[in-house]
Order: sequence, then C-alpha cells, then structure tokens
Amino acid sequence: MVLSIAALHRSTVGRWSFWTLMFIGSLAPLGWISLQAVQQQLGADPAQVIVTFLGIWALRFLWLSLAITPARRLLGMAWLQRYRRMLGLYALFYATVHLLAVATFILGWRPDLLLRELTERPYIIAGFAAWILLLPLAVTSTQGWQRRLGKRWKRLHWLVYPIALLALLHFVWLIRAGYLEVLIYTLILAFLLGYRLYLKWR
Amino acid sequence: KLRAAQKSSVFSTDEPLAPYEHVTGYNNFYEFGLGKDDPKAYAQNFKTDPWSVEISGEVHKPGTYQLEDILKGVDLEERIYRLRCVEAWSMVIPWVGFPLASLLKRFEPTGNARYVEFTTLHDPKQMPGQRSRFGTIDWPYVEGLRMDEAMHPLTLLAVGVYGDALPPQNGAPLRLVVPWKYGFKSIKSIVGIRFTEQMPVNSWQRTAPREYGFYANVNPSVNHPRWSQSTERRLPSSLFSPNIIDTQPFNGYADQVADLYSGMDLRKWY
Repeated sequence: MVLSIAALHRSTVGRWSFWTLMFIGSLAPLGWISLQAVQQQLGADPAQVIVTFLGIWALRFLWLSLAITPARRLLGMAWLQRYRRMLGLYALFYATVHLLAVATFILGWRPDLLLRELTERPYIIAGFAAWILLLPLAVTSTQGWQRRLGKRWKRLHWLVYPIALLALLHFVWLIRAGYLEVLIYTLILAFLLGYRLYLKWR
Repeated sequence: KLRAAQKSSVFSTDEPLAPYEHVTGYNNFYEFGLGKDDPKAYAQNFKTDPWSVEISGEVHKPGTYQLEDILKGVDLEERIYRLRCVEAWSMVIPWVGFPLASLLKRFEPTGNARYVEFTTLHDPKQMPGQRSRFGTIDWPYVEGLRMDEAMHPLTLLAVGVYGDALPPQNGAPLRLVVPWKYGFKSIKSIVGIRFTEQMPVNSWQRTAPREYGFYANVNPSVNHPRWSQSTERRLPSSLFSPNIIDTQPFNGYADQVADLYSGMDLRKWY
C-alpha cells in the first residue's frame, strides 16, 4: 500500500489524483455530519453533537499535520510531505466551522452570550486563542510566503506547538467524568512533540 | 403501562413536553457510559425485577424492602417538571410517581435523622460504565438531601414517565426527582436509603468539590467554574434558532422552596 502510494507519486497524474482524493476525503466528516443533521439523526441536542464532532476533527487534522514529520522520518514516506499544508489548513477549516457552529447553534449569535463566553470561560479562551494563532500560519502557508519569509518562516510556524497545547488544554478543560479519550490524544501529542525533542537533542 | 395515575397535579407546569424519544434517548447515566445515547444503547437488558431497597441508619424500621411492598397502596400521580441539567440544557418531563415524604414517613426516622442518603445499584456486570478504569466517579453513585428537602411535597420518587414504567436508561425501577436542583441530584435506580445525622458527601462533590456542592440548587447567579449557569438551552432546540432561555432561581420553583434556604449564603452552599 505504502509502496504503491509512493509509486503513484512518481507520475504527475498519480500525484494529482491522490491529492484530489485526500482533498475530498478530508471533507467527508463534514459531509457525514451535515447529512445526519439534515436527516435529524442527531438526537435531542444536535447542536452539541455537531460542535463536539467538528472540534474533534479539527484536533485530528492538527495532530495529523504534526504527524507528517515523524511519519516521514520513521517510516520513510517522503511523499507525505506534500500533504502537511493541506492537513494544517483542514485543521483551521474544521476549527472555523466548529467555532461558527458554537456561535450559531449554541449561542444563537446573541452578543451578550458571545461576549460572556469569550471573556469568562477559560476553556473557550484557550480554544479561541488556538484558532487565532492558526490564522497567520494559514496565510503564510504558501510556497511564496515560505520563500519571502526565509528563516523567519520556520520561526513563525513554530507556533503550531503552542497551538496544539492550547487545543489540548481546551479539550482537557471540558472533561467531566471520563478521561480516556483525552488521554489518548495527549499521549499521541506527547509522542509527536517528544520525537521532535529527541531529534533536536540526540 | 402503569395503573391510572392521577393527572394534573398543582405542581405541574404547562410548558411543552420534550418528546418521548428525547426523554428516553438523551440521558446522563454514567453507569451505562458517558455518551448521551449510551444509556439507551446499553441498559436494555438491565434487570429491575426483583428489586429491593435497603433502609438503614437513623430509622425505627430499617430493613430490606421489596419494591412491590414499597409501592403497595401508593397513589401514583403525574408530575410535569422542568429538569435543568448542570450542563446548561433543560427539558420538560411528565414523570409518574409519588412524594418521597410519604415513603420516608413509613420507615419512621428517628429524631437524629437530619439527612437522607441515596445509593444507586453497583453492578459492574450489568453496568459497563462501572467497569471503566478511566472514570472519575467512585461507584456506587451517592446523593443526598437535607431532611426538609426530602420531605418537601415537590420531591418525587418516580417509577414512570409518559404514563409508562420508567425505561432502564431513565433510572428504572425507582428514581428521585428534585426539580429545583440540578439533574445530577435526581439519583437513579435506587437500592439504598440511609438516614444520617451528618451531611452525606454526594458523588459529584467527591469528584470535584470546587464545581459541585451538596445543595446544587439551580441558581443563575452562581456559575459553574467552567461555564455559565445564567441561561439554558431548552431541548429540543432547533439548530438555527437555538431555544436559549434565562435560567430561573430554583429552576422556577422559588415560590415553593426558597424559604428552605432563608438566611443561607447560596454562593457558599452551591
């Protein structure tokens, strides 16, 4: 499988078809939840289900984008590098839809509630800060900006680490009775960040 | 089907009811899993017959009572109550039950009985949530009321909902309903009632004492440390016009219960 994908990337047609597949596949979670919502399959509180679902997918794409470098080095999958930008942008995309879902479905765009949530709720402030910090990374994610910024590009995109920690904090802060799911995400992130420290200090 | 329950209690609200499938498909009952749809999915084979309740503590007639004996000669009535969850959503639910006070009096509490402690069944074989190693609650689930709260006419022991027997996910066969307190006070599938002199430590207070207290009265002016309690979403709520309403002190039952707490600092006794 891995070999064949690598082989696929040796031809232009192969590269483009796989890129398209990844692009459309990443929209599948949004398509699925929208369909469920339209068919009223989400139970008594569809708002909460949608918001949680989108938030989890934002986190997953962020973790995936952070997994590219370790996967590339540990598994020798050089072709993965091409998808780091797409995964990062999808993390922002799902985080944005998540945020819009909160504002629309949970808070009904009521100014007093929006203000209250953004100023008084630590877990929301952490999540919102992560979203804000993702914006400059998305803007400068093109090759043009990469060239223009040179060395500073790397320094700027180092922000993805505090962003990941803020996103995790946002998630941890929401725990009520069970921490298994959060624990799994924490361990994966610990590995992804730990591997980088290992590369740096070995 | 339950035997004909007396309708239209003076305590009932006339607000629109949450649909049956939401009342019975959207539940916090962590013994069966953390997801709102877990209880319905995993509680269907829950055994509620035979069922007994152990009465203990400061009481003249302790012992283990069969559910049939508890329900013998009890007049069931329908009570349509608002249920406000501590997570800031609410529903209107037509319970069927009887006042807790009528049952407690039968056991003849002693003069030392100042609180009542309730316990949910602990049976990891039947309750998958109790087998999880990653939970934060010490099983069994425990709740408590002050004696005057327990004796209040609003405080209900429910055996049914929507005119039918309670489904397992709603706390069959016997659960508490205390409509002026957050939903977690309304303990489900009760197997123990203990009369005590000391204030019991309820499960959520033990888990997170900064966030959950003993009283847990619905109070829009005391926020949960992580979220606001000043508004709630009344379910079912439509996506594009969420049904956000202002939370009422004591969940709208202040006229009946506020005097139970006169002179108490409700910020301290949250």
